[in-house]
Amino acid sequence: MGIYLDHAATAPMPPAVRAAFLDALGEVGNPSSIHAAGQRARDVLEHGRERVAASIGADAVEIVFTGGGTEAVNLGVKGLYWARAPRTRILTTRAEHHATLDSVQWLEQHEGASIEWIPVDEVGRIRLDALEAALARDPETVALVTALWANNEVGTLQPGAEIVALAAAHGVPVHLDAIAAYGQVPIDVRAVPAAALSVSAHKIGGPVGIGALYVARATVLEPLQHGGNQQRARSGTQDAAGAAAFGLAADGATTDLPSRAAALAARRDRLVAGILDSVPGARLRGDPDPAGRLPGNAHLTFEGCEGDSLLFLLDLEGIQVSTGSACQAGVPEPSHVVLALGLDEATARGSLRFSLGDETTDADIDRVLAVLPRVVATAREAGLAGRAPRLGGPVRE
Amino acid sequence: MSGGVDSAVAAARAVDAGHEVVGVHLALSRQRGTLRTGSRGCCTVEDALDARRAANLLGIPFYVWDFSERFAEDVVDDFIAEYQAGRTPNPCMRCNERIKFAAVLEKALALGFDTVVTGHYADIREGVDGHRELHRAATWAKDQSYVLGVLTAEQLAHSWFPLGATPSKDEVRAEAAERGLTVASKPDSHDICFIPDGDTRGWLADKVGAEDGDILDRDGNRLGTHAGAAAFTVGQRKGLNIGYPSPDGRPRFVLEVRPKTNEVVVGPKEALAISELAGAKHTWAGQAPADAESWFDCEVQVRAHGDPVAAEARVEVRGPAEALAEAGHASTTSGGARELVVRVREPLDGVAPGQTAVLYVGTRVLGQCTIDRTVSAVAPTLVDA
Repeated sequence: MGIYLDHAATAPMPPAVRAAFLDALGEVGNPSSIHAAGQRARDVLEHGRERVAASIGADAVEIVFTGGGTEAVNLGVKGLYWARAPRTRILTTRAEHHATLDSVQWLEQHEGASIEWIPVDEVGRIRLDALEAALARDPETVALVTALWANNEVGTLQPGAEIVALAAAHGVPVHLDAIAAYGQVPIDVRAVPAAALSVSAHKIGGPVGIGALYVARATVLEPLQHGGNQQRARSGTQDAAGAAAFGLAADGATTDLPSRAAALAARRDRLVAGILDSVPGARLRGDPDPAGRLPGNAHLTFEGCEGDSLLFLLDLEGIQVSTGSACQAGVPEPSHVVLALGLDEATARGSLRFSLGDETTDADIDRVLAVLPRVVATAREAGLAGRAPRLGGPVRE
Repeated sequence: MSGGVDSAVAAARAVDAGHEVVGVHLALSRQRGTLRTGSRGCCTVEDALDARRAANLLGIPFYVWDFSERFAEDVVDDFIAEYQAGRTPNPCMRCNERIKFAAVLEKALALGFDTVVTGHYADIREGVDGHRELHRAATWAKDQSYVLGVLTAEQLAHSWFPLGATPSKDEVRAEAAERGLTVASKPDSHDICFIPDGDTRGWLADKVGAEDGDILDRDGNRLGTHAGAAAFTVGQRKGLNIGYPSPDGRPRFVLEVRPKTNEVVVGPKEALAISELAGAKHTWAGQAPADAESWFDCEVQVRAHGDPVAAEARVEVRGPAEALAEAGHASTTSGGARELVVRVREPLDGVAPGQTAVLYVGTRVLGQCTIDRTVSAVAPTLVDA
């Protein structure tokens, strides 16, 4: 696999999680069935739910399993919006993940929502003064606030507790997208009493295809999909094996978190310092204070080259990184998050995100630092995609 | 890799030949469609997925390179500007000239590659003197050497077309099926990739803006109105909608498009015949002729699927640079403009400024020019008589 530094896209599944997943897949039984096989499946499912709940300080009844992080975000945002009708204002930022951006824009186009973009500062952190001002303007008309716990691209931690407190003062519910933050920083829904909060299994070593929306007891949500009412806000046969694996992964990712995060941050800090030291034109983006960003995240821009050239050259060296959010990887475009920081398109195109995991070694960091200066120099030769080619002669001079 | 069968098989042959091959799909639009509709277009998300799947099946790495900005500028904007100037551009040639074998090739060379391989049907051979030559494909019906005629020696030095010697597309499809490539029976793409519904005139009207103008005969008599001169092409017969027949009952053809006055001039088919064409912007596909300033024998082809006709050509230095700069061109050397002049042995019909004239000697592509001007083969009075 080479050196995998794209944990923010998806994290490797620990062997114990894989074993639990496979074991559970071997069992037959629909958790909603009344017979013995159904009851065994229900036991596996609920044990998984309890573990996921415990990982964020929630009660099991507050965990709604979904088909992944994106569905959790959709359910949180749209479910709150519909339940809060006739209120139409949604307060959010332009640095959100596409799951949020596309959901709120869909609500704007189809459901009469009006989006108020709360500015972020140059590190990508929401401006609380602007949020407070927007909330204070006729709070009765605000349907919800939706924000990240930590930015998935530049890694900046958001003031989740303050966001929730400001909104609560006006009686406005908050959805927090904690998918990138999960397993990297402690998440406690009692300390940060959001109305709803999204997490995903595969970012912490669980399987792809299962996520969860924390829905506080007091929160009312309109479901996205209708059917057998298997869960509080979601119909559909429940995935016992996925829940079992998710639960075990959640356990692992939140046990000893402070010490694991410190070790992760130490390697990350060494990587960042090494890059800034050896690569001219490299700039760290997001919060420069290590404590203000996800411990495994290093997001940099490299002046004068395309992130996708860097990605390609590093891939040839066996080093796997990302130019931003994997969801955009099909057609490379400058990241909306980097643009939201106020950077121009040319700078945004030179973005590279290194996301480290527990199994990242010091030797991995050394190897990246050894090849990166050469890789950046080569990518600079290749230039920016918008540059007029020398070959082929100008069409019209 | 476009996502079509040709580039997939070309990649497969490059792998078989023992090269280290990386599949590259070009993102040429930021508003790409989701699915192909029929055989139109070639740049949808579905095509990108097909290309990726083919690369996976071949066991080669695959990347998408975004050249949407360059494509918009060098191909789409150029296409619009050429029509606005009353000319008839060939966007596929511009794409080969400026994107595939320029922007992409330069990036590839900088990243450590040696060659751009495509699924074009054409052949690159080593000439007797060791210089690379561009030749027609083995099969006339599939030959795409015309749209590659814009390539220069430097571009040819880093290009390879593994399908050039394959007798038929059926063989390429059979090979793709044998290799288990899912694109084996995918329909060919037609038309202009950035006009997916194939309605070039409607697309141009959107971009250029269309105002009603006059349709004139060659004496300046008004015959009718049109919905915008930019959408017309020299040689075009359909879509004139004059409403009443010509005096002699014969069909009328577009002879000239005058964008400045928004006029379209029409006349009988004979009036389309030209005896000479010329263009300042010319290149040689490999070695230039030893004495390009003296007449040399060749054949000239003016459209992708046209027949070549016997001709002679030479480079002429024409007056001061201003003379040509006036027409929007500036291929200038010390004080004079150099122009490739081609005289056809027999009159040639429907040649529009903006089209590319590709010169051949036998199967070899010699070079090309973008046509700036033509000389009528027939005096107007003779045609009318």
